[in-house]
Amino acid sequence: MSIVYKRPEVFTDEYMKYCGGCGHGIINKLIGEIIEEENLVEKTVLIWPIGCSVYADKYFKADSVCALHGRAPAMGTGIKRACPEDLVIVYQGDGDMVSEGMAEIMHAGIRGEKFTVIFVNNSIYGMTGGQMAPTTLMDQVTTTTPYGRAEVNTGNPVNMAEIIGNLPECYYSERVTVNSPANIRKTKAAIKKAFKYQMEGKGLSFVEILSPCPTGWKVKPVQAIKWIDDVVTKQFPLGVFKDRGQEEK
Amino acid sequence: MNRVTVNREMCKECEYCLHFCPKKTILKKSETVNKMGYYAVEAVDMTDCIACGICATVCPEGAITVEKNV
Amino acid sequence: MADKVFMQGNEAFAEAAIRSGCKYFFGYPITPSSEIPEYYAKKAPTEGLTFIQAETEVSAFNMVAGVAATGKRGMTATAGPGFSLGCEAMSYMSAASLPAVIVDCMRPGPADGEILGSQGDYNQLTKGGGHGDYNTIVLAPYSVQEYADFAPLAFDLAEKYRNPVVVASDGTIAKMMENVELPERVEPKGRADWAVDGINGRGHHNDITTCGDGPEQWERFNLALQAKYAEIRENEQRWEEVETADADIIVVAFGTMARVCLDAVKLARKDGMKVGMIRPITIWPFPEKAFANYIGKGKKFFVAELNAGQMVNDVKIAVNDNASVEFYGRLGGMIPSPVEIYNKLCELYK
Repeated sequence: MSIVYKRPEVFTDEYMKYCGGCGHGIINKLIGEIIEEENLVEKTVLIWPIGCSVYADKYFKADSVCALHGRAPAMGTGIKRACPEDLVIVYQGDGDMVSEGMAEIMHAGIRGEKFTVIFVNNSIYGMTGGQMAPTTLMDQVTTTTPYGRAEVNTGNPVNMAEIIGNLPECYYSERVTVNSPANIRKTKAAIKKAFKYQMEGKGLSFVEILSPCPTGWKVKPVQAIKWIDDVVTKQFPLGVFKDRGQEEK
Repeated sequence: MNRVTVNREMCKECEYCLHFCPKKTILKKSETVNKMGYYAVEAVDMTDCIACGICATVCPEGAITVEKNV
Repeated sequence: MADKVFMQGNEAFAEAAIRSGCKYFFGYPITPSSEIPEYYAKKAPTEGLTFIQAETEVSAFNMVAGVAATGKRGMTATAGPGFSLGCEAMSYMSAASLPAVIVDCMRPGPADGEILGSQGDYNQLTKGGGHGDYNTIVLAPYSVQEYADFAPLAFDLAEKYRNPVVVASDGTIAKMMENVELPERVEPKGRADWAVDGINGRGHHNDITTCGDGPEQWERFNLALQAKYAEIRENEQRWEEVETADADIIVVAFGTMARVCLDAVKLARKDGMKVGMIRPITIWPFPEKAFANYIGKGKKFFVAELNAGQMVNDVKIAVNDNASVEFYGRLGGMIPSPVEIYNKLCELYK
C-alpha cells in the first residue's frame, strides 16, 4: 500500500477547536503539508492572530507565537527582521486584520516586509459569535447587522488582496478559496509560491483565502462552500493581483 | 483494494468528504456519535475507491488517510 | 576604564544600548524621546543595526515584542502619550514573558499636555497601565550617567526575569548634557532555548501564547507570574540614601526631582537641620526595604514629585504611618528650585 494522503507529521494530536466545516482546518493543514514537503519545518515561525485560530500554536510541532489582536504583522516585522533566514508566516483573520490591525498590515505592506501573510477571509467575526467584519458582504445578516449590512452606517466590504497588491513593495498578492478539491489545490499552489518568494528574500507575499464559516453564516457546511461560489466570490473575485515573479520573467 | 481510514474521534460531521467523493458508496455517516457528539463518517465499502485522495484533501480535521494498493 | 564624554541623556542612553548589544530599535517620534530613534537611525549602517520608524507606538511596541520573542535585544522609546498606546503590548509582553526594554521619557499629561520634564507616568508605569495583574521593572535615572548605566542593566534584568523593563527618564534627564562614562561593549549572547526563532536544530519547538486555556490553567499561569513578581520584589529593590542615619526629615524623591532635592538637603544641612533623603532607583519594585529601619522612629517623610503625589501612597505603605508623610509637587512641566524645596523643609522642620 502506498500512502495517497495522510495527516501531516508536523501536526500534533491536539483536537482542533474549529467548528465542523470551518476552512481554518483546511488552511492549517495546507500550511503543514507545504512546510513538510519543502523541508521548512525547522525554519518556520508561525504567528497566530486573535480569532478562531488563536489556539493553532497547539496544532503544530513548529515554533509558534500568538500575537495581540491585529498586531501580527508588527510582531512579524520584529521576528523577520531578527531572523531573516526563517520562514515567517503571519496568519490573520478578517476581523483581526481589516478592523483592529488595518494600520499594521498596511504598513507592513508599505515597507514590503519580507514575510508571508495568510489572510483567512470568512466575512464575519467567528470567535466572538458572528458579528459584522469589514469584509461582511452587503445585505449579509450578522449579529450586529441583524437587518443585513447596509451601505449607510457601515460602508462597503474591503477587498484586501487588491489593496495590498497595489502597494509597490508587495511582491505577490492572490485571492483563492478552499471550497472544492480543485480550489484547495490552487490554494496550496498559491501558499507554496508565497513561501518560495519569501525564502528567495522577496517582498511581502500575501494570500487571501475565502473560507467557509458555517456556524457564523448559520448554514450547513456544504451550503457554505456553495455560498462562496454563488455569492462571496462576486464581491471578492479570485485571481492574482500582483506577481512580480511572473512580471520579471 | 485501496483503503480509506477515518479517525472517528476527529470527525466533525461536516460531510465535505461525502459531498466530494466521486463514488457514492464508500463513505457514510455512522449511526452512533463519537466522543464529541458527532455522527462520524466511516468507510464502509472500498470496492469502488480509486484512491483519488479527495476525501482527505477536503477534510478540515486531517482525519482521513488514503492508501493505494500498488 | 572608558573615557568620559560630554553627551545628551537620550544619546548617551542610545549609545549605551548599542554597546549593550541592542541591535533592533522600533520607534515612533515623540518629544522628548526622539533623539533615541534618531541616534539609532544615524548609527544603523555603521553599527549593523535595524531601525524602523513604526507607523504607531502600538506597532513599535509589538515589533519590540517580536524581536524579544526571538531572544534578541530590542527596544523602543517614547513619552507618555505613546506609552499609553503601548500599554496593550506591555500587558502582552508581561504575560508572554518577553525581555523587552522600553524607555519612557516622561512629559506632563494628561493627554497631549506639555513636553518638558514630569513624573506623571508614575502610576501608569508602576501599577500596570495595561489590563490584568502584571508588573514591569521600572528604573528611574537621575543623571545622564545613571541613564546610560541603565541600558545594560535593563537588558540584563529583562533577560534574567524574562520580563519587560522600563527605563523612566523624563524631559529633563533626556535632554540635558553631562559628562558620562559609557559602558563597555558586550558580545551578543547565543540563542535562548525558550525563544521562537525557528527550531533550526534546537530539537524541540517553542510556543509563546498569552491565550488562556480555561480558568484553572489561567489561574495557575497568573500565580506563576505573581511568584516571579515576588522574587523581583525581594531581589531588585534599588535605592540610594543620603544622610538618613540621624535625619528628622527624610525626603523621598526620584529622577529629576531627586536632583533638586539633593541641593535642598545640602542647604538644610548647612543650616543645621537634620534632613536626609531616600532616592528610589527602582520605582517598581518600590524600595520598601529602604524604609524598614525608620518605621516607628518618629521621623517625618517629605515626598517631592513632579506630579500630583502619585508616589505618596507607596511611601505611606512603606512607612506604615499615614500621618508622618507630607507631599510637595509641581505640575505641568514646572520644576521647583532647591530653595523652594528648602523653604518647604523649613516649614516642616518647625
